[in-house]
Amino acid sequence: MAESAGDIVVEVKNLSTWFGSGGDTFKAVDGIDLMLRRGRTLCVVGESGSGKSVTARSILNIVPKPGRIAEGQVLLHGAGPGGAPLDLAALNPHGRQIRAIRGRDISMIFQEPMSSLSPVHTIGQQIVEVIRLHQKVSNAEARERAIAMLEQVRIPRPEQSIDAYPFEFSGGMRQRAMTAMALACEPKLLIADEPTTALDVTTQAEILDLMRGLQQRLGMAMMFITHDMGVVAEIADDVAVMYRGKIVETGPVDEIFHAPQHPYTRRLLDSVLALESRSHLASKIARPNPADVILEVRDLSLSFGGRDAFGGVKAGGVKALDAVSFSLARGETLGIVGESGSGKTTLGRSIMRILAPDAGNIVFSGRDAAPVDLAALPQGAVRPLWRDIRMIFQDPFASLNPRMTVLQVIAEPLRNYGVAAGAELEERVGELLDRVGLPRDAMRRYPHAFSGGQRQRIGIARAIAMRPQLIVADEATSALDVSLRAQVLDLMLELGRELSMSYVFISHDMSVIRYMCDRVAVMHRGRIVEIGETEAVCENPQHPYTRALISAIPKPDPRQRGRLARIRYGAEAVA
Amino acid sequence: MLRFILRRVLWMIPSFIAVSVVAFIIIQLPPGDFVTSYAADLATSGSPADPATLEAMRIRYGLDQPLVIQYFHWIWNALNGDLGVSFEYRTPVADIIWGRLGMTALVAFCTLIFVWIVAFPVGVYSAVRQYSVGDYIVTFLCFLGMATPNFLLALFVMYLSVTYLGYSVGGLFSPDFENAAWSLPRVVDLLKHLWIPVLVLGVAGIAALVRIMRANLLDELGKPYVETARAKGLPELTLILRYPTRVALNPFISTVGWVLPVLVSGDVIVSSVLSLPTAGPILIQALKTQDMYLGGALIMFQCILVLIGTLLSDLLLVWLDPRIRYDR
Repeated sequence: MAESAGDIVVEVKNLSTWFGSGGDTFKAVDGIDLMLRRGRTLCVVGESGSGKSVTARSILNIVPKPGRIAEGQVLLHGAGPGGAPLDLAALNPHGRQIRAIRGRDISMIFQEPMSSLSPVHTIGQQIVEVIRLHQKVSNAEARERAIAMLEQVRIPRPEQSIDAYPFEFSGGMRQRAMTAMALACEPKLLIADEPTTALDVTTQAEILDLMRGLQQRLGMAMMFITHDMGVVAEIADDVAVMYRGKIVETGPVDEIFHAPQHPYTRRLLDSVLALESRSHLASKIARPNPADVILEVRDLSLSFGGRDAFGGVKAGGVKALDAVSFSLARGETLGIVGESGSGKTTLGRSIMRILAPDAGNIVFSGRDAAPVDLAALPQGAVRPLWRDIRMIFQDPFASLNPRMTVLQVIAEPLRNYGVAAGAELEERVGELLDRVGLPRDAMRRYPHAFSGGQRQRIGIARAIAMRPQLIVADEATSALDVSLRAQVLDLMLELGRELSMSYVFISHDMSVIRYMCDRVAVMHRGRIVEIGETEAVCENPQHPYTRALISAIPKPDPRQRGRLARIRYGAEAVA
Repeated sequence: MLRFILRRVLWMIPSFIAVSVVAFIIIQLPPGDFVTSYAADLATSGSPADPATLEAMRIRYGLDQPLVIQYFHWIWNALNGDLGVSFEYRTPVADIIWGRLGMTALVAFCTLIFVWIVAFPVGVYSAVRQYSVGDYIVTFLCFLGMATPNFLLALFVMYLSVTYLGYSVGGLFSPDFENAAWSLPRVVDLLKHLWIPVLVLGVAGIAALVRIMRANLLDELGKPYVETARAKGLPELTLILRYPTRVALNPFISTVGWVLPVLVSGDVIVSSVLSLPTAGPILIQALKTQDMYLGGALIMFQCILVLIGTLLSDLLLVWLDPRIRYDR
């Protein structure tokens, strides 16, 4: 790599961004140095709360209140008088000078493609706005440019799409539009803050391809923020690892992956690699007997009907589940994998009978009980079965009532079924907390006092309180950092063995499924396209959709970049 | 879009039928009828009417018929433009209420415009400068405005106006113009009087809307699309007006639906205090004397105003927010 000063676009020196003031100061970014070069991609990687996003916002000087840049410099080379570097951190954040740089020299792509675009303006209005803000062109010219940009990011029929509203686009298309907007003025530096995190893997792969292609064509510098080591391996030239506001290690991508120096980097990589194989606990569990079936789902179908003009239900809506069949042996863990909209959450909710299926059977055979067809039960008769079938939810923040103490949260099912009361109830909750690895005194506190991983443990304690036989876990680890994921999965595996529970484990993340599940069912548009032993499905996928899905998963090893050809499946080719 | 409007208008028909039934039931709710209260009036004045005369009155006004028949009579005539005769004034209801409803609509409309013009910028300011001195002052004034009964405010403003401006402020016109034909001086005179009811009626609405606008905008200010716009390099004021305010406007617009009826019905006491020639005072009078045709017509027209207000806010919302437009 040639070290030439002319290649440097932005240089961050000793940057610190603090939130709050006085004794309450939180140092979100604590004295970091970064170097962004033309034509190169720097990945900033770290867990949630490590200061990645604040760093990005500090470079543009748009730190949200009560944050402020406490010290340090953000030098934009060649922007000052006589081509000298200009310190962006020293400019007035509302001033004309910094505004002229935002969107023109440095632009940014945000994480949430849905909420990062204004819902009440067309895509075109939002792109034209940024062009006309920085360049003296007529409205018609700006529109021409916007259409050309949309074409560059491969949005089909750009002449029509330019007048569409963001909500008419899919997530991937929105992120393409966002990219077009960010690149409209041909910036020297593009900052992308988790641009693919909210997208499906196949869409993510498309967007990563696109961004890499555009970067090479336009020769700009890119700062790519992500928590996903697979994405880092896929796209980075250089990597900066952030931990608690500091950069603990920085270097070329190959060095970071194959010769990490800092213990945190090593830990981070270990937790990623741990998820690359089957859990060590899995081998200790006796193979379930396939003849002893706890749950048998046959030809399950469910449509969400459209509504006609006067609010009546129209025939033939969206088929969320289309003749889904599978069986689950006692003690088995079945993974359900699929992308958003594939019907996996609907399947979970139908098994719980939160949703009523249109057709098919869900036969649950409890221990020492006659088999029951859940699908045929009236809504009121399902309640007693919720003792045996329980659910773990995705969002550890939203699924715990913030106004209830942990004791109340975990005790609620016990109380609802009149299992225990008073001192006995507290003792039971205490045992459950012990079991999920939380201190007993946690029961007096409220959920906000706990981190995401701890909250998910509380959710698990609530789910196992009734000693259920079957647990439906819907994206139970998606909201957690990688380093916590394996721990929580291990906990679930241990509990499964101890209480001889079976799991239906819903996830969009193949690595989590591979770690946890005995068998996996791949869902696509309401159908199970492939089902089989996890190992076999991952290594030797049969259905073309499964092949496309697996080939889109980024491998956390930069040396494998481009080794495996991407396989596209039908409609997914255009995300 | 046209289909949406058409559907909305069609939906107003069942609403209107329901509303007319409710209006009719309300005026039937008090025990007895106009004849009973008429007889009671006569009895207190010392010359009790003989039962035969009263019975004859009942038959003449159709009060002896079952309620359902009375309702259909009333609604059928109303649809044909005949709102019946007021027992109290012994003149057709239509003659009494048109002028007053016109004035009510005028006062309500002016108040609504006034409320919006003030509440919008103040609410935006209050949100953008959250927890500043200005925000605290605005918040304090808002709570004061919401807490002050508006008839008290009316008395207060009347007092100030008589003492410092030196002209009488009762009614909407000076005595000279009370029954004059419309002319430029009469309009000027109207404007000189109109500001007081508009101000008095508007204060509570402004206070509520400022709080609503502030809360909505505060929600929107933290949204990612605001950050996107900031990263584009937009000036702060343009940014706030073009993006978050635009989205925060939705609930603001939908207030037309409920502000209109509040203005129309809430002005009863204020109108009495200010002796305005609006519908409020005669509605109370009609309900007290069980003057059913007059009362019914007034209640029905107020309900129609509410329906129109709701339709207006719906149409404005559709025009403003593409998400609602495409949802249909």
